[in-house]
Amino acid sequence: METLKAEKKEKKQETTMRITGAEALIHCLLAEGVDLIYGYPGGAIMPVYDELYKFQDKLTHILTRHEQGAAHAAQGYARVTGRVGVAMATSGPGATNLVTGIADAQIDSTPMVCITGQVTRSLLGSDAFQETDIVGISTPVTKWNYQITRVEEIPEIMAKAFYIARSGRPGPVLVDITKNAQFDELDFKYEKCTGVRSYKPVPAPDSLAIEKAAELINNAKKPYIIFGQGVILGEAEAELKALVEKGGIPAAWTILGLSAMETDHPLNVGMVGMHGNYGPNVLTNECDVLIAIGMRFDDRVTGNLATYAKQAKIIHFEIDPAEVNKNVKVDVAVMGNAKETLGMLLPLINKNEHKDWLAEFDKKHQIEFETVIQKDIHPTKEGLTMGEVMEQINIATGNNAVIVSDVGQHQMIACRYAKFKETKSNITSGGLGTMGFGLPAAIGAKMGAMDREVVAIIGDGGYQMTIQEMGVIFQHNVPVKIVVLNNDHLGMVRQWQELFFESRYASTVMTNPDFVKIAEGYHIKARRVVQRSELKDAVEEMIASKDPYFLEVKVEKEDNVFPMIPTGASVADIRLK
Amino acid sequence: MEKQWYTISVYSENNVGLLNRISGIFLKRHINIEGLNVSKSEIEGVSKFTIVIFTTEDWTRKIVHQIEKQIEVIKAFYHTDDDIIYQESALFKIASHLLFDERQIQNIIKESNSQIVTVNREFFVLAKTGRRHEIDEMHNALEPYGIMQFVRSGRIAVTKAAMPISELLTEFQEN
Ligand SMILES: Cc1cc2nc3c(=O)[nH]c(=O)nc-3n(C[C@H](O)[C@H](O)[C@H](O)COP(=O)(O)OP(=O)(O)OC[C@H]3O[C@@H](n4cnc5c(N)ncnc54)[C@H](O)[C@@H]3O)c2cc1C
Ligand SMILES: Cc1ncc(C[n+]2csc(CCOP(=O)(O)OP(=O)(O)O)c2C)c(N)n1
Ligand SMILES: [Mg+2]
Repeated sequence: METLKAEKKEKKQETTMRITGAEALIHCLLAEGVDLIYGYPGGAIMPVYDELYKFQDKLTHILTRHEQGAAHAAQGYARVTGRVGVAMATSGPGATNLVTGIADAQIDSTPMVCITGQVTRSLLGSDAFQETDIVGISTPVTKWNYQITRVEEIPEIMAKAFYIARSGRPGPVLVDITKNAQFDELDFKYEKCTGVRSYKPVPAPDSLAIEKAAELINNAKKPYIIFGQGVILGEAEAELKALVEKGGIPAAWTILGLSAMETDHPLNVGMVGMHGNYGPNVLTNECDVLIAIGMRFDDRVTGNLATYAKQAKIIHFEIDPAEVNKNVKVDVAVMGNAKETLGMLLPLINKNEHKDWLAEFDKKHQIEFETVIQKDIHPTKEGLTMGEVMEQINIATGNNAVIVSDVGQHQMIACRYAKFKETKSNITSGGLGTMGFGLPAAIGAKMGAMDREVVAIIGDGGYQMTIQEMGVIFQHNVPVKIVVLNNDHLGMVRQWQELFFESRYASTVMTNPDFVKIAEGYHIKARRVVQRSELKDAVEEMIASKDPYFLEVKVEKEDNVFPMIPTGASVADIRLK
Repeated sequence: MEKQWYTISVYSENNVGLLNRISGIFLKRHINIEGLNVSKSEIEGVSKFTIVIFTTEDWTRKIVHQIEKQIEVIKAFYHTDDDIIYQESALFKIASHLLFDERQIQNIIKESNSQIVTVNREFFVLAKTGRRHEIDEMHNALEPYGIMQFVRSGRIAVTKAAMPISELLTEFQEN
């Protein structure tokens, strides 16, 4: 009896404990399976940092060198693992420094929970030291946000935050916690959130729509799939591949869909959009059934909407009702998680081949190969190209690295030429196009996938926006491989100036520091390549390194990325030069 | 596409931040909110926003989707004027001497079906409930005599068709 009683008592202690809000927050994170967070301390979040100190054996906190870096690192981690990334900051400037990363996560549907400290409840609204209305500021760029002012709210709100961040169409959630709620005590008990009554994350699939889609696909002569990040977010890669193979349907990707299907698959025809491949763009306007899967018809993908795929019947597999008929009017909307809806579609699809149709992609590829690709990856001119660097990286990594890119010409080249075997391997800032994303996101990606090679491809401009995160790589010896493709210009903007502003290079020329010395200042192995003859060896040395490695490649200063759909032009009018 | 009046009804959880989220959706698209009313609804604990805009159906539909996407929103609908029974209210503050000096004022009160809410030595207050054009007409009629203060509420509306919010809530909870 005595022991039974004791046991009972212990059990009870397990379910509720009297602890501070700050400690409760740590228990919430642990209960959600979080073992890694990125952040930066300050006054309003100090009680939580004090608990992080006590729990450091269970929960690793990585001090980034700027809160923006924390947000992007959490994003990189989330994108490579599919789990919720966590970033933390103090009130005021700490919180506002997170905003760029939050906006990036919102537009690219990245599951992330951001926790910010806030001044104590009684001071709210008094312009107290480092008080800023982060809930107001972050409202347009969060999936959900909330300010906790009472300690009792912590478990329920944190559970809700994680549930909302990862369910349905994922996104960033911000929870702001006033200092009193961190200090006060509560009887802590954690229950995972399994639903919010006003929120329906996944619409129920409609079998009628699926039947209609199957009929259109089965009767199509020139069916064409464009897949996007929704396939990766919904983990529908196997279903996508099965559909492609069973229906014999050529499939192209958006840059956020890249890596959902291996690049070398015979039915993978390449990239759509502004700097995408020639065939996939031109033939968008020749297919008879366009099957869009988990992509949102971004304007970088569609070009001029008035002339986009007008001849085709369009089927849209989509989880978010707000995305259907937003940019492109569709004939059949198949709502739901693509994994489930594609799974339901598959048995209805007839086995098929579309050889003649596929041959058209090959023909177009040949044209692009001769006019663009050949010169990009096997150049004969003196200056180094970004494309040949990418090609060397493919070779050295066996087409199986995680490629994290920043924003600009190097990003487009990375997406165009990087090859992939595994999903969740192409990490880039798509919708916001955030320069400075690459380096911190690569840190998060590497820490989320320690068993994989992670290569960051960054421009000389974007690198200098978050260069301070080299400190994290050094301190924690995070073995990422950093490649800066240095053209001494804000290349992408310079390209536009050359093409559309008569080469008036307003503020796009940069005098750069010695990047190798800077890396060495952080005690990171570094090398600079200025000649083609050194490239292969340098890339191999970098990939062979067990430690972080920095490689600067001096590339041609005024190269342009082609093909290109000029703003406002049709996908059919993509320029090859 | 042609622009017209649309009334959006939003059923939501009671949440301090939601108004900010919802108004941001209009702000971002430069669509002016012509009328806004927030009140409790027929369901306990559920709030109802009634928002009036003048735009195309395409925009209205997209906005409603964006509103519905907000976590605390249970359901949003849009209606044309034909789909709903709707009213606005207005208050007119007028100098009391006019009641005696200007005989026409009494006729206006009678014809407009408005009520006198209060009267004192300096002023009296008229309340009028009705369609926008009725309130406008009354305003026009009173204006020549001088209106000390005028205010009109946002539109409130109920639909002719049923709004199955309770069913939706139970369905959500079962999922
Ligand atoms: C300089 C620059 C140039 C660019 N050029 C190009 C270009 O040439 N080509 C290109 O493709 N992009 C380009 N982009 C990126 C572009 O801006 C968009 O970010 C990208 O096209 C969006 O891809 P997406 O629609 O696949 O992904 P997202 O924007 O992530 O959209 C995913 C869609 O899938 C849906 N979804 C999510 N989960 C599921 C699920 N489980 N089931 C079903 N649906 C789901 C979502 O609701 C959403 O509608 C460029 C960006 C930059 C910065
Ligand atoms: C934060 C931010 N500021 C400005 C831009 C606009 N922009 C897009 S690409 C680009 C140039 C990037 O230069 P660099 O990093 O050197 O890459 P490159 O194009 O030369 O490869 C700029 C300025 C942006 N995307 N993000
Ligand atoms: Mg550059």
